[in-house]
Amino acid sequence: MFYMLSAASPEIVVLVTACLVLLVDSSLRDRGHAAAYWLAQAGLLLALIGCALLLPRVAGLRWFFGMVVIDPLAVVLKSFVLVLVIVALIYGREYLRPRRWLSGEYFALTLMVALGALVLISAGSLLMVYLGLELMSLSLYALVALHRDAPATSEAAMKYFVLGALASGMLLYGMSLVYGVTGTLDLQTLARTLTAAQTGQPVWVLALVLIIAGVAFKLGTVPFHMWVPDVYQGAATPVTLLVSTAPKIAAYAMAMRLLAMGLSAGAAQWSPILIVLAVASMALGNLVAIAQSDIKRMLAYSTIAHMGFLLLGVLAASPAGYAGAMFYSIVYALMSLGAFGVVILLAGAGPETDRLDEFTGLGRRSPWFALVALILFFSLAGVPPFAGFWAKWFVIKELIHSGHVVVAALAVFFSVIGAYYYLRIIRLMYFDVGEAARPLAADGDLSLALSVNGLAILAIGVMPGVLMSTCLRAIGH
Amino acid sequence: MELGIFYTLAAVVLFAAVMVITVRNPVHAVLFLVLAFLGSAGLWLLLEAEFLAIALVLVYVGAVMVLFLFVVMMLDINLVPLREGFARYLPAGAAVALALASVMGFLLGPRYFGLAQFPAPRRMPADYSNTTALGRLLYTYYLYPFEVAAVILLVAIIAAIALTQRARRRIKTERPERQIHVRRQDRVRLVSMPAEKPAGEGGA
Repeated sequence: MFYMLSAASPEIVVLVTACLVLLVDSSLRDRGHAAAYWLAQAGLLLALIGCALLLPRVAGLRWFFGMVVIDPLAVVLKSFVLVLVIVALIYGREYLRPRRWLSGEYFALTLMVALGALVLISAGSLLMVYLGLELMSLSLYALVALHRDAPATSEAAMKYFVLGALASGMLLYGMSLVYGVTGTLDLQTLARTLTAAQTGQPVWVLALVLIIAGVAFKLGTVPFHMWVPDVYQGAATPVTLLVSTAPKIAAYAMAMRLLAMGLSAGAAQWSPILIVLAVASMALGNLVAIAQSDIKRMLAYSTIAHMGFLLLGVLAASPAGYAGAMFYSIVYALMSLGAFGVVILLAGAGPETDRLDEFTGLGRRSPWFALVALILFFSLAGVPPFAGFWAKWFVIKELIHSGHVVVAALAVFFSVIGAYYYLRIIRLMYFDVGEAARPLAADGDLSLALSVNGLAILAIGVMPGVLMSTCLRAIGH
Repeated sequence: MELGIFYTLAAVVLFAAVMVITVRNPVHAVLFLVLAFLGSAGLWLLLEAEFLAIALVLVYVGAVMVLFLFVVMMLDINLVPLREGFARYLPAGAAVALALASVMGFLLGPRYFGLAQFPAPRRMPADYSNTTALGRLLYTYYLYPFEVAAVILLVAIIAAIALTQRARRRIKTERPERQIHVRRQDRVRLVSMPAEKPAGEGGA
């Protein structure tokens, strides 16, 4: 019983915290926001401790009748999701507080996003994949719609919800086909009984296409990317930040659980589909991002391109490829966290324009944060020695190893194109002179978290072996 | 006999489902949906799943659909804008539907989902309780998903309240009980200041 509960300890702690946050916030009224914030942070920290201390003791086993899988992959990804949400709350509070947008629902729904991601990461059955995904997505839809002061926000929430429901429907339909043919929802049983000959049959191809559509929607890859720019631009910046971090790691875990673990026998079928998705995403994301003048929209197209790159690691269908994709998902989430942190820092307490011009002259206004932003955007562009370079390096290396040389060449080509729009921001920061630039007013928490975030990218870049060997061990290589 | 009942109920369900999406009046659509639910409940009964059949009637027909009817009747839905662009989107929609239907017709045939793959369930004795069997499964094997599903409903409640309650917080309302208790000190502040001459007046 104790072991069973400790297998779900992070989830239980996060759920209880979310309920407490709602109670505290609604009973203390306006003063409750500070209490709710610290309570949420304490709960996430406790869950993180549970992840680090309790989960390794029950690792390697399946709990709740195979519904929950605790493997090294789950332990590592869950820990990173919790860290990301903790930092996302620090950034988010600095943005929401001066605008008087703080509310108990924001904290509770953010915790629910974390909970959904945790459930999804250790899903051992198709049922749990679906429930975790829905829990996470439903909370995200609500968060996007929460601060709807502009018509763009309502539009973003509506698009996200309708397209998300459609993608869930497709995923569910694919799962129902799998269940109809095999009679099991258990991913391990599927992995054990399925043969490559079976998955070549037309009904399996249809099921795979539908399941991949669901995964691709969550990642935001072409042609399921339509929602990404509108949601990134329309949602309040802290919500955009949340959408682009923890759920991406969860979506990677979902791809791993479904494709690499459950339906690994069908690799010959799903690998070519992923190639098309990945190359189209890299092409569209990198090319369209060049034309953007809105930083959030530009980062949205950058997400599309990066998620395409992440899929390259999965489609290699080898342990090193999976580990490379895992490295990529973690590093991307950290970079995106930092990039939106910079956007929040620039917005300050004043009106937010999100124009790229906001970066003009940052190098003179605030040399330190300009340096942090430099690290982040160099890393996003894939310039060595920052973490983003190694993420690309590991994926491309494994891609060539598995014989996809043309795809690897395309990936490098589009990355070079993509470097342009990141470097443009760096040019704005250091070489352009703006007219009346606002001074930066950063709170202690925000500046500390942002500095640590930037330095973490630098540290991973200097010593990529530490994280990469963790990823390799998590995949079981 | 059983086969006859099955085909009758299946025909009723299919007919009602088609009517739900084709009738013009939304109230009629809701009523046809009720008919579809009743037919499905009958199908559950044929499978000896009494609990599911009763739950479907009580929860969906009894509660959800009545609420739905209220909503549909209260909202003054103007159908004209809903039908705007119907002709414009018809070709694309029809093409997608046709492609999907042909793929499904090709794949969902008897080859994978025929009767040979799905033997009829065993007949249960008279004292068999569907409710017990369901409860046993739900609280053992499916305990964890059951709890997560409950959390999803909690999120739905939080989201619904957060999204609808929000506008009300900004509304400024009168509080008569505080208005009649107001004292002069609350509203008026007497400030004693030294008298000041406007600058530049003395120069003339």
